[in-house]
Amino acid sequence: MKLNLKIWRQEDAKDKGGFQNYKVDGIDGDMSFLEMLDVLNNTLVEEGVDPVEFDHDCREGICGSCSLQINGEPHGPDRRVTTCQLHMRKFKDGDDIVIEPFRATAFPVIKDLVIDRSAFDRIQHAGGYISVNTSGNTQDANSIPIEKDNADDSFYAATCIGCGACVAACKNASAMLFTAAKVSQFALLPQGEVEAHERVLSMVNQMDKEGFGNCTNTGACEIECPKGISLENIARLNREYLGASFSG
Amino acid sequence: MTVLDSKVPEGPIEKKWTKHKNEINLVNPANKRNIDIIVVGTGLAGGSCAATLAELGYNVKTFCFQDSPRRAHSIAAQGGINASKNYQGDGDSDYRLFYDTVKGGDYRSREGNVYRLAEVSSNIIDQCVAQGVPFAREYGGLLDNRSFGGVLVSRTFYAKGQTGQQLLLGAYSAMNRQINRGKIQSFTRHEMMDLVLVDGKARGIIARDLISGEIERHSAHAVVLASGGYGNVFYLSTNAMGSNVTAAWRAHKKGAFFANPCFTQIHPTCIPVSGDLQSKLTLMSESLRNDGRIWVPKHSKDAEAIREGKLKPTELGEEDRDYYLERRYPAFGNLVPRDVASRAAKERCDEGYGVNKTGQAVYLDFKAAIERYGKEKAFISGHKKPGKEEIIKLGEEVIESKYGNLFEMYEKITDQNPYKTPMMIFPAVHYTMGGLWVDYNLMTTIPGCYATGEANFSDHGANRLGASALMQGLADGYFVLPYTIGDYLSDDIRTGSISTDTEEFEKAEKEVKERVQKLFAAKGKNPVDYYHKKLGKIMWDKCGMSRNIKDLKEALEEIKELRDDFWANVKVTGKEGTKNSELEKAGRVADFLELGELFAKDALERNESCGGHFREEYQTEDGEALRDDENYRFVSAWEFVGNPRDAKLHKEELIFENIELKTRSYK
Repeated sequence: MKLNLKIWRQEDAKDKGGFQNYKVDGIDGDMSFLEMLDVLNNTLVEEGVDPVEFDHDCREGICGSCSLQINGEPHGPDRRVTTCQLHMRKFKDGDDIVIEPFRATAFPVIKDLVIDRSAFDRIQHAGGYISVNTSGNTQDANSIPIEKDNADDSFYAATCIGCGACVAACKNASAMLFTAAKVSQFALLPQGEVEAHERVLSMVNQMDKEGFGNCTNTGACEIECPKGISLENIARLNREYLGASFSG
Repeated sequence: MTVLDSKVPEGPIEKKWTKHKNEINLVNPANKRNIDIIVVGTGLAGGSCAATLAELGYNVKTFCFQDSPRRAHSIAAQGGINASKNYQGDGDSDYRLFYDTVKGGDYRSREGNVYRLAEVSSNIIDQCVAQGVPFAREYGGLLDNRSFGGVLVSRTFYAKGQTGQQLLLGAYSAMNRQINRGKIQSFTRHEMMDLVLVDGKARGIIARDLISGEIERHSAHAVVLASGGYGNVFYLSTNAMGSNVTAAWRAHKKGAFFANPCFTQIHPTCIPVSGDLQSKLTLMSESLRNDGRIWVPKHSKDAEAIREGKLKPTELGEEDRDYYLERRYPAFGNLVPRDVASRAAKERCDEGYGVNKTGQAVYLDFKAAIERYGKEKAFISGHKKPGKEEIIKLGEEVIESKYGNLFEMYEKITDQNPYKTPMMIFPAVHYTMGGLWVDYNLMTTIPGCYATGEANFSDHGANRLGASALMQGLADGYFVLPYTIGDYLSDDIRTGSISTDTEEFEKAEKEVKERVQKLFAAKGKNPVDYYHKKLGKIMWDKCGMSRNIKDLKEALEEIKELRDDFWANVKVTGKEGTKNSELEKAGRVADFLELGELFAKDALERNESCGGHFREEYQTEDGEALRDDENYRFVSAWEFVGNPRDAKLHKEELIFENIELKTRSYK
């Protein structure tokens, strides 16, 4: 199929940036969205034009590198997929496709479609861990049985890939779903309970410092999340945060 | 040729590691504060090692090309991690894990290292649980296990199909704690361009900031390379797009020997290639072979009809299917090791029984498992005589709870529902057992330069068993290197910080800058991908699942020609001082073009078949690998002396004191 692409080009963080139009041809339905961009880029290189920069790595939906706002939606029109798993069979011959970086103050553009998501890392530096030494002298893994439902919920929260789609989907550019997933993973396990209060306060504090917006419960984040991270995590974060604030 | 000393300690195998830890030198906590260590790569091996070193008190700098340490490709590992916990009470032990790993590696790994790996495996699980890694659990609240290929016990711990992700997030959280304490400085979007040696010791690296393009100098008392494997030399592989050999290859060119480069793992269960413009292959976890049965049609006319779309696999009766693994290997069936399963699939497809349009695919079928689980579940819930539909519904639920995300991933990619029609799979390049040669302390032949995880060679021999890569990465990083590195660093307590303002750094930086200029200077006609794809095709066709002398000789020449053409005609667009992924790729492909040649040479000179290295000239009557223990019971460690093909061979004899060398049999 043939497609008309409208892609955001921006030289660096200081550049104002703007859309450019491109055409691609010979696109097959079995190709992934990023493979379609590979085709475009190889054509551009042959023409001596700088290719479009975009983040990607594993191309199997798990590393969280790829982003892209496609026709106004993070990771495009399909549900529960990252851009690298979005296949061209979701588009038709002759379609117009608008491709932009994820937009948020806390995610400045580095170049073209590449954004800086280090704010997410800093939220995790602030408390996304259990303070246990890696000495190998920990107790036997089966010494604390964990209720299967809690273990499963902790796992589902931990499947967050940190791509930032939740922020891009939110009209307030809030990072609540991301932070809630990280807080929940630990809060649901007995190992994480010990530091739960301090963790939630530091992580939320860092989240606010990074310039993410507030949560107004619109739920767009949950719909656009490629991993289906549940809004229940935000409720849990709020409970944890309130509890921690009162206990001082 | 010299004979390499592995420095494996004397004594009985189960005492070696304890004895070694008791005897090596330590660095006292006050002195650790004055010692800097660079860790390149932040996957399981690098992340765990950086966290532990920082926790011990060393000053650590980590480098990764991704935008966050958490995105390293360990994150994509699916199935699980082995440990000899024997929670299932099925007779597992350190010795059995050790034995299975050495046998699985076709007797080309080092006994001492493998035993140590088995010995610390249980600690890894304890450690990860303490860190909050949410492994799968049973209803009683205890940890669950499953089986993987090449073994007869259930020792694999898992977190659905995302075990690598959960373990990496665990290591990353341990890193976060140290970053928050200021003990780790994390450099993201940075690529190591060269290793810097001062007085023959590794004392730092030259790195490129991938955003500003700036070439930076970083010094340390020791450098740990945890930069992963080189499967992307094949272009199409299950590796991430950015996975590369550059860090390891730069160290090789500075004096680190490269061991067994031709030992590559071709994983049997990947989604088949669909088109010419495909950029990567996706793995379907080996855990699927616990419940999936692999087959092709028994009659070639049926295979042909399926390829032409005239027949559906579900229409073919049991009597017309060939469950070839169960037929050839009744003892292990669908759970034979990866090399055996891959070759068997290739054999069937070469004979004309392959099933998708290209004829390069076999079926992985869950129908029997769905029925079995469905009946069991119905029985438990009180339906003693359930109907067929109910059985299937319940069975699909069980399969979904075990492999849901994998089935979903398969459907997204292929647009076919694997609950209703069998999956199609084919082998693909997945892991490289070869890598930088290291001694028992994980030090390369360059003093102060260490290699851990997939970047080294030591534990998996000629074939890695499933769920052992995660185990090795974390064993090296959490429990081995942090001890052994102290022995070397104990000499450095009075050295003081290493200056980057020296001739050696100056020279290394200049060379890196010149190389970047040379890449731009080519100003030729072909994009980098053109060369990478061509290299991949040579590697797959001539150095792939089966190899012969004629093909390997051709590959040597073709790779060299391609490399010459690359340097003359590659076209790198853009500028140096900005984010430039074409330039990043060009540097990596340039190194693959050298490694590929050494790979072919290694395969050519190993005149035997073992594990993943199958030489057509050396096989048994029924097509199994024919090892030559008399002449090839050694590690080939190559020294760089100019051109890759001129590399000088050094041997490490492999000594088997605890396991009897046998022909590997899974029949």
